Amino acid sequence: MPLENLELFEVFVRSKRGLDHKHVGSLHAEDSQHALDYARDCYTRRSEGVSIWVVKSSDVIASQEDDNEGFFDPSEDKPYRHATYYPLPKEVGNM
Amino acid sequence: MNISNKDNSQADLIEYATRLGDDSLILGHRISEWASNGPFLEEDIALGNVALDYIGRARMYYTYAAELTGEGKTEDDFAYLRNERDFSNYLLNELPKGDFAFTIVRQLFIDVFNSLFLPQLQTSANEHLAAIASKAVKETRYHLRRSKDWSIRLGDGTEESHQRMQKALADLWGYVHEMFEPDELEKRLIAQGIAVDTANLKEQWLAEITETLNTATLEVPEAEWAVRGGRAGHHTEHLGHLLCVMQSVHIRYPGAKW
Repeated sequence: MPLENLELFEVFVRSKRGLDHKHVGSLHAEDSQHALDYARDCYTRRSEGVSIWVVKSSDVIASQEDDNEGFFDPSEDKPYRHATYYPLPKEVGNM
Repeated sequence: MNISNKDNSQADLIEYATRLGDDSLILGHRISEWASNGPFLEEDIALGNVALDYIGRARMYYTYAAELTGEGKTEDDFAYLRNERDFSNYLLNELPKGDFAFTIVRQLFIDVFNSLFLPQLQTSANEHLAAIASKAVKETRYHLRRSKDWSIRLGDGTEESHQRMQKALADLWGYVHEMFEPDELEKRLIAQGIAVDTANLKEQWLAEITETLNTATLEVPEAEWAVRGGRAGHHTEHLGHLLCVMQSVHIRYPGAKW
């Protein structure tokens, strides 16, 4: 089967209850149901997961390298957005 | 029960476990022949997983047969050191892998069969066999999901995929009947609550196959021919070739480990 007839999917696996789904890779499949089966076969064969998400790669809207300056640089000089910027009163102790 | 009856029933049990191991090993080997030849990478890996499930199943059955046999036998004696006539797998399982449609139709036939067979083996009076069935039944649930899915995709796919599926059905139909025909040995074990009476599974098997084929816009074959003989060690010409390949390393390097 020529690969161009298949769609590309991104695979997310949750390794344990309570943890987040993490991106583990991508694969080709006919449709989302098929992709889910293949994700099981390709990415969880060593008991890596308890839950799988698959998403069409074309449905993922990604930020572009070109946008990096505008997107990420402005936050570099704004330390007050980090909790560690603020001194904790002694009475609070460890948070 | 006198001693010789007990010996006979032990021999029956060994043979039964061996048969179930043969079915699994030979089919597992056939599926493994897709490794690096799959239609695309993801399916290649998926088929490899199914092959490994079957080979794992064979190991459990053979290990049990070896335990019962004693004399220091192991699973390897059963897999690698028996000849064609000693194997008693169903003929369906030994046929060359064919095209992808052929492999999928065979899997559909066997997966539906196992989805009916294994739950019954889980209730076997023999707890070893019941335990093996309990592990295998989960694998089969997934295998069946795959083979039904592919049957529908290919049957209701393109003109070519439909025609290939229909041809595979015609080529394989005569091989299904022996799965539902317990021989004397199996009948003796059925009477003891150990073996599964596969004759009882045929009606439901046919109903499920018909339902899937209908969804896949495929015709259920009406062919009258039937071949049988696997359980008695009468095989097609294909098994010998398979064994030559499968057993070659062990025979050349006895006891090799890796």
